[in-house]
Amino acid sequence: MDIVTDQQRKKLHPHKFTLWVAIASILMMFAGLTSAFIVKSNQANWQGVEEMPKFFWYSTVAILLSSLAIQMALRAFRQREMGRYRSLIATTLVLGVLFIVFQWLGFGELWDQQITFKGAGGGQFLYVIFGLHALHVLGGIVALIVMFIKAFFGKTKTYSSVPVEVAATYWHFVDGLWIYLLVFFLVIG
Amino acid sequence: MSEALSVHPEIVTTHDVHHDEHGGGHHKETFISKYIFSMDHKTIGKQFLITGIIWAIIGGLFSVLFRLQLGYPDQSFPILETFFGHWAKGGQIQPEFYYALVTMHGTVLVFFVLTAGLSGTFANILIPLQIGARDMASPMLNMLSYWFFFLASVIMLSSLFIQTGPASGGWTIYPPLSALGQASDGSKLGMDLWLVSMAMFIVSSLLGGLNYISTILNMRTKGMSMTRMPLTIWAMFFTAVLGVLSFPVLLSGAILLLFDRNLGTSFFLSDIVVNGEVLPNEGGSAILFQHLFWFLGHPEVYIILLPAMGMVSEIMSVNSRKPIFGYMAMLGSLFAIAILAFLVWAHHMFVTGLNPFLGSIFVLLTLLIAVPSAIKVFNWLTTLWRGNIRFTPAMLFAIGFVSLFISGGLTGIFLGNSTIDIHLHDTMFVVAHFHIVMGVASFFGMFAGVYHWFPKMFGRYLNNTLGYIHFWVTMVGAYLIFWPMHYEGLAGMPRRYLDKSGWVSFNQFGDLDKMITVVSIIVFAVQLMFVFNFFYSIFKGRKVTTQNPWGANTLEWTTPIRPGHGNWVGEIPEVHRWPYDYGKDGRDFIPQTEPIGANESKH
Repeated sequence: MDIVTDQQRKKLHPHKFTLWVAIASILMMFAGLTSAFIVKSNQANWQGVEEMPKFFWYSTVAILLSSLAIQMALRAFRQREMGRYRSLIATTLVLGVLFIVFQWLGFGELWDQQITFKGAGGGQFLYVIFGLHALHVLGGIVALIVMFIKAFFGKTKTYSSVPVEVAATYWHFVDGLWIYLLVFFLVIG
Repeated sequence: MSEALSVHPEIVTTHDVHHDEHGGGHHKETFISKYIFSMDHKTIGKQFLITGIIWAIIGGLFSVLFRLQLGYPDQSFPILETFFGHWAKGGQIQPEFYYALVTMHGTVLVFFVLTAGLSGTFANILIPLQIGARDMASPMLNMLSYWFFFLASVIMLSSLFIQTGPASGGWTIYPPLSALGQASDGSKLGMDLWLVSMAMFIVSSLLGGLNYISTILNMRTKGMSMTRMPLTIWAMFFTAVLGVLSFPVLLSGAILLLFDRNLGTSFFLSDIVVNGEVLPNEGGSAILFQHLFWFLGHPEVYIILLPAMGMVSEIMSVNSRKPIFGYMAMLGSLFAIAILAFLVWAHHMFVTGLNPFLGSIFVLLTLLIAVPSAIKVFNWLTTLWRGNIRFTPAMLFAIGFVSLFISGGLTGIFLGNSTIDIHLHDTMFVVAHFHIVMGVASFFGMFAGVYHWFPKMFGRYLNNTLGYIHFWVTMVGAYLIFWPMHYEGLAGMPRRYLDKSGWVSFNQFGDLDKMITVVSIIVFAVQLMFVFNFFYSIFKGRKVTTQNPWGANTLEWTTPIRPGHGNWVGEIPEVHRWPYDYGKDGRDFIPQTEPIGANESKH
């Protein structure tokens, strides 16, 4: 149920605006964690992550492609090419799941390097920070599943592209956040 | 990004059509959709208020119990054993119980009452009504916000009933005490429940905050420019911004703590020996947690205080029959406080070995808060000056707020100095300071809000006589309880201690502590009387017969006496002026909906 007044014409849709505020809020959480990381990494006996597991590179490719896919899906939706939209949403969903799988494998690779939960170094922060990021991707996947079900089995026709736009913006955000976190760990970790 | 931001007028039009039918006849409401899983912002606000009241009774009762211990350390109260069993063996409050009471009192009052109960209630009720919106930007998220709060409440409440008791390391849950189960009973299961409950609470306040911000920025009615908004709305706006930016940081600290507790990491732990056992944890920093905690913790005190400030400004202007003095200055000072709130957190950490040079920067920033605070006090006093003051209970509580804010704020100048803080930290002086300036003061703002908007919430009035008794006893009682604590603190009496009778130098305060305890029991009883008044008046109070009982300008008084979901029947009114045209051009008040007249003077 949307509630929008006359004046709304000129303004951003409230749901999109809410998303932007939510993004600011999520960023604050990661800012808190990464600044904790920076503070700790300047203290004695710091142990960073020597070698970034290769699966994190695969997952980077997966999430970048998924971002591309959802952008194309949004364009297809706007042009009312529903067949293309459905297959692109499905692609995004698969790539998103693939990202999570690669993250899981990456964690496993790190664990095999004897970097476990013991201690307070870069590896332990990596589990927490990448893990929380993966949770946010999972949230996006849930949203994608809902959209997927609606696109394939929905009875009512929707013309509003707002939900798709909101999902696409969020998806690009978790993509960008991942790139930031990866670069952060490569440079400072 | 630019594509995602583009606007689609054609979609919006369909919404408009839908919404104009929204005001009058409404979709079918069952008991469950109207009172329980309601998406109406007014009902959600009432849910927050009533849950907050229940929590306030619990949290207040805790303080009465530990005041019994502090006032009468050697006395035995057999009735306590009847109720609390081994927590009060022999009728005496046991140390673990005492620390659990102190911790839960802080947690409950700070988060569940003065955050959820205060801004949750009034942001929900007032934002759509005062800016002219049918409901929040996302009623669904708004409903979820309450139910996450409810879930958090259930988890926190359940921790009171487990065998090892609730968290008991202080509401600030500093590790290593809070991270190690073997360190104290309260750091066992109770602490995990505390962390999970707080995570739910954070989700709740983020969902709420997102909604408040986007509602205020996106859903104002025609003519309601930002500078025509009542100060209540501005205050709620800054409160929501503070919450949205600072609560996530507490969440990250809580997540790291959960890892330390349950998965064996050492983010906050290093070189610890507990009960002769050397722990393997190495490399962590307990101070790191304090940074993460207080980065939320300090904005949190403004999250508590700002809504009270906003409501006091509004109520004071209405009941002085005068425009608020210095609207733009009020706004600017709210903004300044919101910014400074993020830059002063380390003043809670002056004695943690903080670099003294860094400390001096935080002293400067902390003392800077005195400037916007003084501006606000000046403006409240000048609003009262030569006004036609109507001493309604709401107005009395608003004036009481200003008194408490001044006396509590002045002691903040003492504590904000890192040198004086060496003597005063962790003493009863700190307890006195923050209870007056943020605890009782915010409660006064909340009471003012409840007395003032009760007619809008329930279509009835609270009983005035009980209201006056409530005000005077609470006002006098608050000063009697907290003023003497300054003296105890200056003498060096530590806070949080179970029994200070071992120190000869504190023996002189024995009778003072007894007096504080007796007064706090009386004040608590009077709060119960207020709760009675509240629930009695919902059903039996005097009925409101006019739309605008206080003669106020703001939009909520243009709705029907008992507004339905959608608030206005028919069109949402258009706004033509700011909300503070009182006593202008010989007229008592001019509502915001009235167009500017031809010969009207400027305000």
